[in-house]
Amino acid sequence: MPHDDHDHPHALLPPEPALRVKALETILIRKGLIDPAALDEIIDTYQNKIGPQNGARVVSKAWSDPDFKAALLQDATSVVADLGYFGRQGEHMVVVENTPEQHNMVVCTLCSCYPWPLLGIPPGWYKSDAYRARAVREPRKVLAEFGVTLPETSSVRVWDSTAEVRYLVLPMRPVGSDGLTEDELAALVTRDSMIGTGLPKVPS
Amino acid sequence: MTRVHDMGGRFGDGPVHPEPDDAPVFAEDWHARALAVTLAAGSLGQWNIDVSRHARERLSPKDYSRFSYYEKWISALADLLVETGVLTDADLRGETSGDQHPLASRALKAEAVAKVLASGGPADRPSNVPVKFKPGQEVVTARQVANRLVDGGHTRLPMYAAGAKGRILMVHGTHVLPDSSAHKLGEAPEPLYAVAFPASELWATPEHPRDEVVLDLWQSYLEPL
Repeated sequence: MPHDDHDHPHALLPPEPALRVKALETILIRKGLIDPAALDEIIDTYQNKIGPQNGARVVSKAWSDPDFKAALLQDATSVVADLGYFGRQGEHMVVVENTPEQHNMVVCTLCSCYPWPLLGIPPGWYKSDAYRARAVREPRKVLAEFGVTLPETSSVRVWDSTAEVRYLVLPMRPVGSDGLTEDELAALVTRDSMIGTGLPKVPS
Repeated sequence: MTRVHDMGGRFGDGPVHPEPDDAPVFAEDWHARALAVTLAAGSLGQWNIDVSRHARERLSPKDYSRFSYYEKWISALADLLVETGVLTDADLRGETSGDQHPLASRALKAEAVAKVLASGGPADRPSNVPVKFKPGQEVVTARQVANRLVDGGHTRLPMYAAGAKGRILMVHGTHVLPDSSAHKLGEAPEPLYAVAFPASELWATPEHPRDEVVLDLWQSYLEPL
């Protein structure tokens, strides 16, 4: 049964958020339920090891290798796992391709689902009420707030991540990027371009 | 009817504030601690992802709205730890000793973190429920959004897509049903689909005639049209 009493236990902890976290962490450590070294390891993983550079590598490879791209669009989970990208919040991956006719954009209206192994921890705006509420109803107005204007000839498909499937947008390869290496291409791929709220950088 | 977290389509939240690509992953140190404590506590094995999601949704609407993102996480975690009997109210008040807890042997160790994060928790399971729909087929969602097993329980059909006509875009295989799993009633796996809805089916004033919203929906949320 859902517990709808309003004496939620969390009210017993200090109200100030940083102190609330510290208090709960301290209780759990004292009882041996969490290991402080494990906390440091988790933070280090998401701060330094897993982030949008992973997704950028997938995108630049798809731009460079048509066979890889075809396989990626067919079965992203196993293809990105072969590159070493698998794990929590990326167990079931689907990659959706932007074309001149269709732009894709990803949201989670119910919480904050996001492809962690490829993009890391979501930015604050992705978890904000404004993005969660508006991305599905007025994606073009939201895109304008990111400085993106789509032509009228392009439709928008918004993916609301309501299950354990995680979506990554494959942006269109920018004009003027012919002849660049995979590493040079990866440097053009922004986090927002893989969520669909931005476009890749154009080579200078 | 659902709960306060179900905000897709809502008016009144103001502009989105983009952040530069090089903004810190965690804006505050305590955000990182909240995330790490939550993940580490999850490793005690006392709940699954659906239970923890539902714990955040069950914050009172007042708390849900005024709490920042990681405040929701840490507060829901405290609630869950007490509800599952891992901690007591007295523990949260700081009134008990630091004696070793019976679950301490399950505590996530630093050397296991990489493996645990890299293995994740896949949600696909074999199922006896036959796949009813194929790509291209037209379907309609339940008119009343509700958990059919538990009154007021967890469900993943947002209100904005209630009673809406769409078409099957992809068959994702058979996945754990959150409506059951969130209440520890079993995994009840069933077919899961990506379903595409024209914006005009969802909104009174769609921005563009060809825009669409795609949702991942379980078979029991859908009827053939």
